[in-house]
Amino acid sequence: MLAVLNPLMRLIEVPMKWMQDILGLKNPAWLFLLPNLILFGLFAFLPVIINFVYSFTGSDGILLADRPYVGSRNFDYLLDCSSYLDPNSCRDDFFWRAVHNTILFVILQVGLMVGFSLLTAIVLNRKIRARGFFRSVFFFPVLLSPVVVALIWKWILQREGVLNAWLEAVGLDSFNWLLDPSWAFGWSVFLSIWAHMGFYTLILLAGLQAIPRDVYEAAMMDRASPWRVFRRITLPLLMPTMLVVLVLALIKGVQTFDEIFAFTGGGPGSATTFIIQYIYNTGFAGTPRLFGLASAASIMLAIVLVILTFAQLWANRKNVDG
Amino acid sequence: MANPVKFLTRTRGNGLGGLHWTDWLSYFYLFCGVLLMFLPVIWLGFSSFKTEADLLRFPPRLLPMAQETIVVDGYDDPLPLYRIKGGEHEGKTLAQIRRIGIIAQMVDPAVPDERLKINIKEREPIESFRLATENYTELFEKFNFGRYLWNSVFITATATIIMLIVNSMAAFALSKYQFKGRTVVLALVIGTLMIPQTVVLVPLFLISKELYLTDSLWGVIIPGAATPTGVFLLRQYMLTIPDEILDAARMDKASEWKIFWRIILPLSAPAIAVLAILAIMWRWNDFLWPLIVLSDSNNFTLQLALNAFQGDLNTQWSNLLAMTMLVLLPIAIVFAFLQKYIATGIASTGGK
Amino acid sequence: MSMNSMKLLLASATAISGLAMSAGTAFAQEITYMCSSDGTECATAREIFDRFQEENPGVTVKIDEVPYKAIVESLPVQLAAGDAPDMAKVTDLGGLSEYYLDLSPYVDAAYWEKNFGGTLDWYRKGPEDKGIYGLHSQLTITGAYINKTLFEQAEVEVPGPDATWEDWAAATRDVAKKTETQFPMAMDRSGHRIAGPAISDGAKLLDENGVGILVDEGFTTYVKKFVEWNNDGTMARDVWASTGGSAYQAADKEFINGQLVYYYSGSWQVAKMDEQIGDAFDWEVVGTPCGVGGCTGMPGGAGIVGFASTEHPELVAKAIDYLAQEANYAEMTAKTKNIPAHAAVAAKGVEYSDASPAAAAALNAWSAQVSKISPVAYAYQGYKNNRAMFNISVERITQAIVGELTVEEAMDRAKEDLKQALAETK
Repeated sequence: MLAVLNPLMRLIEVPMKWMQDILGLKNPAWLFLLPNLILFGLFAFLPVIINFVYSFTGSDGILLADRPYVGSRNFDYLLDCSSYLDPNSCRDDFFWRAVHNTILFVILQVGLMVGFSLLTAIVLNRKIRARGFFRSVFFFPVLLSPVVVALIWKWILQREGVLNAWLEAVGLDSFNWLLDPSWAFGWSVFLSIWAHMGFYTLILLAGLQAIPRDVYEAAMMDRASPWRVFRRITLPLLMPTMLVVLVLALIKGVQTFDEIFAFTGGGPGSATTFIIQYIYNTGFAGTPRLFGLASAASIMLAIVLVILTFAQLWANRKNVDG
Repeated sequence: MANPVKFLTRTRGNGLGGLHWTDWLSYFYLFCGVLLMFLPVIWLGFSSFKTEADLLRFPPRLLPMAQETIVVDGYDDPLPLYRIKGGEHEGKTLAQIRRIGIIAQMVDPAVPDERLKINIKEREPIESFRLATENYTELFEKFNFGRYLWNSVFITATATIIMLIVNSMAAFALSKYQFKGRTVVLALVIGTLMIPQTVVLVPLFLISKELYLTDSLWGVIIPGAATPTGVFLLRQYMLTIPDEILDAARMDKASEWKIFWRIILPLSAPAIAVLAILAIMWRWNDFLWPLIVLSDSNNFTLQLALNAFQGDLNTQWSNLLAMTMLVLLPIAIVFAFLQKYIATGIASTGGK
Repeated sequence: MSMNSMKLLLASATAISGLAMSAGTAFAQEITYMCSSDGTECATAREIFDRFQEENPGVTVKIDEVPYKAIVESLPVQLAAGDAPDMAKVTDLGGLSEYYLDLSPYVDAAYWEKNFGGTLDWYRKGPEDKGIYGLHSQLTITGAYINKTLFEQAEVEVPGPDATWEDWAAATRDVAKKTETQFPMAMDRSGHRIAGPAISDGAKLLDENGVGILVDEGFTTYVKKFVEWNNDGTMARDVWASTGGSAYQAADKEFINGQLVYYYSGSWQVAKMDEQIGDAFDWEVVGTPCGVGGCTGMPGGAGIVGFASTEHPELVAKAIDYLAQEANYAEMTAKTKNIPAHAAVAAKGVEYSDASPAAAAALNAWSAQVSKISPVAYAYQGYKNNRAMFNISVERITQAIVGELTVEEAMDRAKEDLKQALAETK
């Protein structure tokens, strides 16, 4: 790595030094920022602005010039519901199914995942042998790509998969797991927890280990019961980390797409179609490609994510302060 | 009353005096975890060495088995062997020529001229342990696998290097200089942190297309380099480097670039290492953006190929599983060697 | 006005860059052909184009072989973005018509009209359009395959050529039960596949002005049956219900493995069936069951088109025209085991030299089905926005199967969807 980087760095030094001398900059901060700002500008800010414009245009053209201004029609279309609790009453029932699915998914997935992560972190924080090994075992799936995760489980759960073989071996009936909407949804939650819980376990474990020992020792001296110690000391001191983990998991959960797309394709029907897949289906996989609708949906998603991110920053600050 | 909840606390079995029952419970929990986390992957590993026929077998077996074959005079291809368990030829070992409906035409290898008709229910394949390595070799022969591998490696390596350089430069500027607009830039970086790539897919595609990046590997590499996480992570780390070191270097008339490259970068090595690992992981596993940008299958990454072959109707699980193993392997290796760094890195940054 | 000057500027810019191009590439011209394959299409095209390259030194035809999904999902975006290959094998014949290169200035129009008369319309923008755009390389027709061995083992009589869907459903259920086969019937998850049976049940799909309506009594009648069969186990539920969106899904693997008695797909599967079933069992083509609207399958298939954005229009036209020549077309049809859309080739009959007896019989059976195709099916296949209608059919019928909507609700939504789609399409 260094063998490549050193000559490269030396090469960059020439123009950088030259610019610094010519411009007489004592403080070449902008020079260092420039490449990053160009990339950010082109691939992060500009898309946000264009996306905003797109959401107010119609037709299936891709270039802005081909797209007539339609005002808030896309938003009206998405929001046209007689009851937001019933997707069947909405004009765009797919959008609201996706919203409902995403909300239910996030609640289940985040709740269960943070619960299991906390349990695992607490167990790993005890004096156990081979802690490093166990920690890596739980973390391992985090590294797998979403497609790989999806394939592994799809293969296990398929009609003639391993799970059904076991069921038959113990005398139960086999079942076509991914054909039943509720089961497909349940397995999606499971798969997502399986793939990501190691990550949160790690953060929580770090949080647990950061709790100073002398606090516990003081508690021991007072002969506090372990349950009391946990409730009065561990939980409050872990709270900031928990908050970060919760918000982070929420943000990730709302954006779930890859693994479920490869796992169920959003089906059966739209039982596991989440918001990002709605955007993908509407803007990219469908005919005609309704970019305006997709952009409008993504802006609504972005608003939710911005709120969650502020929550995270707030949680982070609390974390630092506490 | 205290005992049931002791499990939840930091207190634990007292070392040499044997294991407390909460320790047993802990180990039991961890053991279940190991099964649940590892078993699917291990099963996948075994199965990727099974033949297609063996994979379709229900219920499945753990070890890869394949049917034995024999070369019989008068037949070009090796014929599969069966043991006959009923009828007039019971007990014999016969080779099958072909099967029509419920009747199999078979031949005794010792008497190659005589054809026998056997009900398929009366025969049983003779199998032995064999690793179907052809699942792997076929990937390279039939599926252009080398190409996908190269694309993935190229994208991962290039994107990681570009991202490290660009992000560390920005982090340096944001941590070690006072200048007008610093707050604005920082705010913008945080802003991008909030808007994930997934919500701006359409315009991102449009821009990439205007820059002639679509259907090219650079279309995956360059937009991917614009992640704010790296800037953030590195800036936080660089803030801890004392300014006195820089001042001393400036006294020696070192150029700012030299300061960056010779002093800041080496001192930030731990943070850069963490970012590098994260970047490799992100790029290697990238899916949605490449799915949209790349259309020519010659440009596919491994992840895309894997997904495409899953949908492709001719594909067989045997090849697919082998491919999955190969996609999984590099990450597993990286993990095995660097797991300590990854763990501390992720714990310290809070991920993202 | 400013638009016009813009166009002028653009035109001159392209002219200049075109000049520069032709100056720089006078010796070597390369065109790219985006191809997807059901079997041997791309390899066969390669063989023929290799000869083309020999006859035209300095010319290279590069073949990008992509998954079918890329043709359906990525190519339209590329075209809209002006970033397309020079030519491609497409299946959304009408939907992409605005991007096609008109070959008529470069080819012998009389030869094309004479031999491809019927299919040329599918590529045109409307009734007034007289251009020549696409070479119909793969004429397909939808219909069913049956596993004849299973019928024999169950000792159930194969329903005759005028049997209805109900007859087939009853017969295949019987066979599946007696032979312990997993699925009686299955149909590809595709709006194109379900159109034939729906037309046979009286669906019109288009109104008298040729604009899409999709849902009418006939369509609903068939959908109702189809949904019911999916839920009572007659149809393999896995195919339609297992995924979401409008993604394509086939059941060929189940059929090839002998787990399926009756498979409604189309003529393009012959090569694969022939190769992969081998002598495992006997299979046969039985076409589409009958109803009040006839016994019609959907015609269709793929064609090779050039795109107007190409820098070498003449060369592209020449390459496509080369494939269209009788000898080459006959070779292509034979090697890819397709039904010819070329009148002279069809009249002479194709000699499927390396096809097994089963495949040859199947191809003949398919050719016989062509005469049963209803005018409604031809009109639907030629309709510009049929792709949107296909997708809507799949999405909404799946919802009815899964139980998210009733059949009536699904049909109402399908109508609404179509209105929205037609309003948004240029």
